[in-house]
Amino acid sequence: MSKILIRGAKVLGGEPQDVLIDGEVIAEVGTGLSADGAQVVEATGKVLLPGLVDLHTHLREPGREDSETVLTGTRAAASGGYTAVFAMANTFPVADTAGVVEQVYRLGQEHGYCDVQPIGAVTVGLEGKKLAELGAMHESAAGVTVFSDDGKCVDDAVIMRRALEYVKAFGGVVAQHAQEPRLTEGAQMNEGVVSAELGLGGWPAVAEESIIARDVLLAEHVGSRVHICHLSTAGSVEIVRWAKSRGIAVTAEVTPHHLLLTDELVRTYNPVYKVNPPLRTERDVHALRTALADGTIDIVATDHAPHPHEDKDCEWAAAAMGMVGLETALSVVQETMVDTGLLDWAGVADRMSVKPAQIGQATGHGRPVSAGEPANLTLVDTEYRGQVDPAGFASRSRNTPYEGRRLPGRVTHTWLRGKATLVDGKLT
Amino acid sequence: MQRHLISAADLTRDDAVLILDTAEEMARVADRPIKKLPTLRGRTVVNLFFEDSTRTRISFEAAEKRLSADVINFTAKGSSVSKGESLKDTAQTLEAMGVDAVVIRHGASGAPYRLANSGWIDAAVINAGDGTHQHPTQALLDAFTMRRRLVGRDTGLGKDLSGRRITIVGDVLHSRVARSNVDLLHTLGAEVTLVAPPTLVPVGVETWPCEVSYDLDSTLPKSDAVMMLRVQRERMNAAFFPTEREYSRRYGLDGERMAKMPEHAIVMHPGPMVRGMEITAEVADSDRCTVVEQVANGVSIRMAVLYLLLGGNEPAVPNARTNEEK
Repeated sequence: MSKILIRGAKVLGGEPQDVLIDGEVIAEVGTGLSADGAQVVEATGKVLLPGLVDLHTHLREPGREDSETVLTGTRAAASGGYTAVFAMANTFPVADTAGVVEQVYRLGQEHGYCDVQPIGAVTVGLEGKKLAELGAMHESAAGVTVFSDDGKCVDDAVIMRRALEYVKAFGGVVAQHAQEPRLTEGAQMNEGVVSAELGLGGWPAVAEESIIARDVLLAEHVGSRVHICHLSTAGSVEIVRWAKSRGIAVTAEVTPHHLLLTDELVRTYNPVYKVNPPLRTERDVHALRTALADGTIDIVATDHAPHPHEDKDCEWAAAAMGMVGLETALSVVQETMVDTGLLDWAGVADRMSVKPAQIGQATGHGRPVSAGEPANLTLVDTEYRGQVDPAGFASRSRNTPYEGRRLPGRVTHTWLRGKATLVDGKLT
Repeated sequence: MQRHLISAADLTRDDAVLILDTAEEMARVADRPIKKLPTLRGRTVVNLFFEDSTRTRISFEAAEKRLSADVINFTAKGSSVSKGESLKDTAQTLEAMGVDAVVIRHGASGAPYRLANSGWIDAAVINAGDGTHQHPTQALLDAFTMRRRLVGRDTGLGKDLSGRRITIVGDVLHSRVARSNVDLLHTLGAEVTLVAPPTLVPVGVETWPCEVSYDLDSTLPKSDAVMMLRVQRERMNAAFFPTEREYSRRYGLDGERMAKMPEHAIVMHPGPMVRGMEITAEVADSDRCTVVEQVANGVSIRMAVLYLLLGGNEPAVPNARTNEEK
C-alpha cells in the first residue's frame, strides 16, 4: 500500500500539521514532512479527526434490504466520516445467535467501507423473556461485546438484572432502550403542549427516566456496566449525572437530532420527524447539549434508522419511526456544539470516536492521531456551508429531517486502516 | 376563507362569523317546500370515511345534496393505519376522478392535514374528525346552536359569543370535539372551562385558552352552556376512573345538578349520548337540552362550509337575499 501525506491539516482542530500514512498505520506526524513517494492530500484549513465510531446504527440486513444493506449502510457511514459502526440487533432474523452476528460482521469486512461490529440481542427475538446466547455471540468471530434489544426496552427488571450480571463474565455492556412500555402505549410523540394540541398519543419523559433510574440502580447493585441509548430528556440527564457522581458505571449517548430538533416540528404532521424516542422540547435540547459538553452524556450516536419512502409517505400514525443520520451527524454536531462554542474539535473527537470506541471495545478505533496508530482518519471541511440534498445520500433510504436545511461542515476524506473510502466527498 | 378546513384553530373570528351567518341563510332552505339549492351543481364531493360515523356522514351527505353536488360515499374502514399507503393511494384515485372536495373522517390525528398538505391531491379538504385532534364542523355547529339560543336567531347575525361562559365536561383527553370547541369558542370571545377528572385532561392543557376545573358543581352556576362529552365505557378498564357509578356521581349531569345552572343556560351533547352515565334521561329530554337542534344545525353549518370553501362568492341563497333586498 502506498504512502499518503495529509498536508497542513488541523489535527483535532489544533495547529496545522502533516500526517504521513504508510500502509495501514500513521507513520509520522509533524511539520514540513517530506512528500517523497507519497500521494499528497492538501488539507489546509481542514480539521483531521480520528475516524468516527457510531455505537448505534441500523443496517437492516438481514431482512429489510429494501431499507438498507450492510453495503449501502457502510458506504453511508464512510460518507459521514465513520470508520466503525455498531449494527443494532433488530433485524429479521434478529441478531440473537452467533450465526447472524457472524454474517453481519463478515459482510462488513468483505465490503471494506467501515468496520461493522454487530450488537447482539439481549433476549431471544427481542421478546424480553429469555436471555439470548450472549456468551456464544461474544465468542463468535464477531466478538460481540455490546448487547441491546433496541427498539424495545428490556422492561422486566429481573431479565435486565440477569443480563447485566451475565455479561460481566466477558466485559460486555448492556445498551438499554429506555422506554417503559405501559407508559408509552399508543405513544406517537413527546407528551406535552404540542401533543395535547395535535391529539397525538403522548410519550412522557418519565417513561424514559423511570427506566434509566431503575437500570443505574441495578447496575450499581450488581456492579456492572450499563449504557443508555439515545437519551432524550432533561430529567434523564439529571439521573445520569447523579449516577455518575455516585460512581455507577453508566454511559449514555445522544443522537444528533435530539441536539437540534424539537417537537414543535411535529405540527407539520410530517412523519419524517417521527422517531423513537420522540423529539422533545427546547428545554430538553438545551440540557442535552450542556450534558454532552460537560461529559455527563459520553457520546453522540446516530440511531441511523433507514426506512423506504412508502413507510414515511403516509399519515403520521401509520408511519415508521426513525431517521437516517450517518451522513449528517458531524454537520449537526458542528452546528449545535462547535459553532455554539460548547465543544472544540478535540471534544468532538472524544464524543464521536474515542469514547464510543471505548464503550464498545472497538480496539483500533478512536485512537490518537499519532505515529504507530492505525490510520483510521476523517478529514472535515469545517468552513463548508450547504443545503442537505438527500438525493446524494449513499444510504438506500432518504428519510432525513434535514432536506433543504443549511448545515455546516462536510467530510471530504475518510481512511480505513490507510485505505481511502472517501476522497473529495466521493466514495471510492 | 382558506382552501381547506382542517382545524377550528385555523378560523379567524371573521371567518367563523361568516360561516355562522351563511349557515343561517342555509337554514332557511330547510323551511322551503323544496329543500335544495343549485349552488354546487356539477361539483363532485367525496365523503371519505376511514372510520365509522353514520351521523356525521349522513349530515354531510344531506348538506351536499341540498347544494346539488354529486356525492360519492367511500367507506374504507379498517384499511387505514394497518396499511399506511391506502390514504395516499385513495387520495390519488379520487384526484384522478376529478373530485372537487373531500370530506374525510380518519382514526389518525393529522390524516386530513397530510391529505391537504402533501401534494397528493388538489381538492378542498374538509376534516370530518381525525383521531383525537379536531372536528371543526362539530365546533361550528355547536357555536351556531349557542348563538341561536344565547344571542338570538336573527339578532345574532354578525355577532360572536363574547362574554358567554361555556363549560365542557367529560373525556377531554380523547375528545376532538373538546379541542375544536376550545379553539373556536375562544376565537368567538367566549370563556371556556373544561371539567373532568385529572386523568382525562391532557398533559399540556395549561397552554390552552381556557380554564380547567375538577369540580362540576362549582362551575355550573356560572355557565351559560354546559356541553357534556361522550365517555367511552372502555376508558374504565384503562383506569381513567374507578367505576362508572363514581364517574357519574362526580361528573354526570342529572336534574339536581341542572337546577344549579342559570335559568337561561342550555345543555349540549355531541351525541350519541350514554344515558344514565354522563347525562340522565331527565336532562336529555328537557327543553334545555339542544341535542336534536344540534343535529339539524349540523346540516346548515356543513352546507355553509362546503359553499364557502368551494368558491362561494355569489350569495349562498340568491332568492332569499334578493327577496330581502326587494
